[in-house]
Amino acid sequence: MSERRPRVGVVTFPGSLDDRDALRAIAFMGGEGVPLWHAEHDLKGVDAVLLPGGFSYGDYLRTGAIARFAAIMGEVRDFAEAGAPVVGVCNGFQILCEAGLLPGALIRNRTLRFICRSVDVRIETSLSPLTEGLVPGEVLRIPVKHGEGQFVASRGDLEQIEGEGLVAFRYCAPDGTVDDEFNVNGSANSIAGVRNARGNVVGLMPHPEHAVDPDVGPTGGQPLLASLLSRALMRV
Amino acid sequence: MAEEPLHRALGLTDDELEAIRSTLGRDPNRNELAMYGAMWSEHCSYKSSKIHLRKLPTEAPHVLVGPGQDAGVVDVGDGLAVAFKMESHSHPSAIEPYQGAATGIGGIVRDIVAMGARPIASLDPLMFGPLTEERNRWLFEGVVAGIGGYGNCIGVPTVGGEVHFAEPHSTNPAINVMCVGVAPVDRLVTSDRQVHEGSLMVLIGASTGRDGIGGVSVLASRTIEEDAAESRPSVQIGDPFAEKLAIEACLELVERDLLEGLQDLGGAGLTCAVSESTARARLGVELDLDAVPLREPNLEVFEILTSESQERMLAIVRPERLDDVREVCARWGLASAVVGKLVAGGELSVKRGGKVVAEIPARSLADEGPVYERPIEAPRGFDEILEDDPTFATVTADPREAFLAVLSSPNVASKRFVWEQYDYVVQGGTIAGPGADAAIIRLEGTLKAIALSTDGKGRFGHLDPYLGAAHAVAEAARNIAVMGAEPLAITNCMNFGNPERPEVMWQFAESIQGMADACRAFETPVTGGNVSFYNESGGSAIWPTPVIGMLGLIADYRLLVRSGFPESGLLIYLLGETFPELGGSEFADVVLRQISGRPPALDLEREAALHRVLIEAANGDLVASAHDCSDGGLVVALAESAMSGDTGFALTLPGDVPWYVTLFAESASRAVVSVSPDKVEDLEALVAAHHVPFSRMGETGGPRMVFDTLFETTVEEARAVYEEAIPKLLTG
Repeated sequence: MSERRPRVGVVTFPGSLDDRDALRAIAFMGGEGVPLWHAEHDLKGVDAVLLPGGFSYGDYLRTGAIARFAAIMGEVRDFAEAGAPVVGVCNGFQILCEAGLLPGALIRNRTLRFICRSVDVRIETSLSPLTEGLVPGEVLRIPVKHGEGQFVASRGDLEQIEGEGLVAFRYCAPDGTVDDEFNVNGSANSIAGVRNARGNVVGLMPHPEHAVDPDVGPTGGQPLLASLLSRALMRV
Repeated sequence: MAEEPLHRALGLTDDELEAIRSTLGRDPNRNELAMYGAMWSEHCSYKSSKIHLRKLPTEAPHVLVGPGQDAGVVDVGDGLAVAFKMESHSHPSAIEPYQGAATGIGGIVRDIVAMGARPIASLDPLMFGPLTEERNRWLFEGVVAGIGGYGNCIGVPTVGGEVHFAEPHSTNPAINVMCVGVAPVDRLVTSDRQVHEGSLMVLIGASTGRDGIGGVSVLASRTIEEDAAESRPSVQIGDPFAEKLAIEACLELVERDLLEGLQDLGGAGLTCAVSESTARARLGVELDLDAVPLREPNLEVFEILTSESQERMLAIVRPERLDDVREVCARWGLASAVVGKLVAGGELSVKRGGKVVAEIPARSLADEGPVYERPIEAPRGFDEILEDDPTFATVTADPREAFLAVLSSPNVASKRFVWEQYDYVVQGGTIAGPGADAAIIRLEGTLKAIALSTDGKGRFGHLDPYLGAAHAVAEAARNIAVMGAEPLAITNCMNFGNPERPEVMWQFAESIQGMADACRAFETPVTGGNVSFYNESGGSAIWPTPVIGMLGLIADYRLLVRSGFPESGLLIYLLGETFPELGGSEFADVVLRQISGRPPALDLEREAALHRVLIEAANGDLVASAHDCSDGGLVVALAESAMSGDTGFALTLPGDVPWYVTLFAESASRAVVSVSPDKVEDLEALVAAHHVPFSRMGETGGPRMVFDTLFETTVEEARAVYEEAIPKLLTG
């Protein structure tokens, strides 16, 4: 660990739920979690930004549809456009899609029911703030908990996402096989997370912040958050 | 048809009207009648249950707040307190399952917030009619979706509960909700706080509308009959987003010490919150309805006073703190309005448009409701039910078929379908969640964790209400002890039929006695609870079902014991003794098709001794797994341990007892543990020292589950049956 602890900002929107959990997980992994407030135009000089899970604005209208207009989102957009690392988890992923920072959209699960379960996800790219230095094909166990996590995109967009290697994670069997049986919410091509073309913005439905402390769950989130912390430090 | 007098339409009897007249010295007006109707309803006043509830033990050194406030509170050391409470939301859920269950969660969570505690866990004991009927499936799926829809959205993990199915719940599902919160002891908002004359009542959160009018009197304090759907407007509509904001705002107000008092608005709405907090403060209040934010302008006085619109809290604030309080609310996007001022005297005086529209002594509403000693009579035909005991039936069933039938019975089978719809991981404290004997939630910043379990034994209660209640307490405590935690205290929800029927009151009195005796034996006092009467329709009541919500504590959660067999080569012990007692068992119901006979006996001292053994075994790291042995009998306990640890076993059955007794009797005070061979001596010494009977049953290992020479199956096959039972029933 370098002498400076990487500072990761976690935005609290009205209705964010996993914000405290993300802050705790960042601290657990050796970083400094910095609470950010939706109504302020201030990222407090953080090295990376994480949009946490929850039901921002009650998920009314559409998941993430209102949060993307929050005051702080202007700063988050500028931050992302400057090439700094931005991560969206669950509701945060939905917000990034609504904000146009990531391709695709998230709709209700195939079963039309909320699902809370630890799942296996396969890393598909090393080019994202969560997977830098990790090897594609590696399988991580991480919980999902969402009612609207089915990733969808138009046929054209999906071809582009696949063609440009923008898929970051896929739901899979414990051995890494991608099969519809393990596609927990019916996502297109079993996609659990995507990145942007530049590779500095990534979103995913599974919750890495709930998979770092072995006392309370699996530990598949550890390498992801470790990657985020080292990427945050590298920022110019 | 002659029109019903107003007081009766509001649920008040003629005698109650007389009592009101004599208190006021005049005829009550329409608004006052509505307030009395709500506050003196069975739901709010406990008028039929009060004299019985007094028999419950309520005190212990660790109990900081007992019955009578929004929630009970227990000291768990390190300067931390745990608040917990259970309630029912059965009647609304029977009419509108999604919103009924959702608003049940909202209400119980606000009770915890009102104590100044952050809600950290919810548990939901649910009872439905058989899933073979379409309406029951609709209720079941709706309630579960409602609990998830609301609970998931407010960030409180749903970590446990239970689901039972029985015919008497077909028209009357029992929907109980429990919430648990944590706070520093010195930050609790209890009624000990001094409330001053001149302090202001600030209504925080949602505006007031027409929903839920008459919820406590129309819905919760009457039986549900044919025209139930017409009561649908009495069911409230939940907005979990508003609740989440209210939780955060209220906790910030408490943390910054800006409040003298805090209460939620639940049953009986503004009338209840205002009269209770005013009576508690031994003051009076001037309530100004013009200040109450309304959803529509033309609400009538009685509607504003009794609306059960959700997501509202009432704070009591010194005038000099008002600006700070309003700033916090505004930052969380919540409305706040000064609706009243505490004054000397004891009158609750309500104004609208500058005119006094109601004036009642606050204590008369809150504390001086009627108390009834209703007639009690044991039901007729009861002895015949007891005598027809399945223990003496001729059993021709095939053991393997019987095993699969019991394992796939919805009462026993996996409830994964239910709990996967609940977020049980948010807040990051869930060490053991749904599916475990007890949920284990760590207390942040310590090695301590609380243990939570809910148990109701409706079938036992039907056959013997005293034993049903005592068994429920015993099983709740056992579920805590098997994980290595110490049982501390209980909350409860009493689910019963119509108290105006002497048989129902007999069931209630017996149940209270059983609960009181068991709570004394385990030193787990009652810190509060809820009584839900009138769970019947067409003269047919639900089984008398006290549901127990128990709180336990484990000093170091790293020592907790789980239920799964973790590896091969462990020795399996049954702690406790199995008796020929099949009455009320799952086997008798599912295989023999008989719900009759005597439920298993319960020796409270033996039960307590078993708890000591389990806790000491955990602390001494003597057992590799431990699992409560109850519903479905030994065979189910073994199968669950095997499935959970993905490790099979081979069993030796005693030769002198019929197989169906050994495998399926639900005798009390038993647990299945697995032990590493090098710890056998220490464990046997510990068990013997507490005079707990035990027997070595077999060994863990392999993919198979071998029941001596009787039959065998595989863990995989058992899991398929166990996991698929409920989903299969739902797809028809």
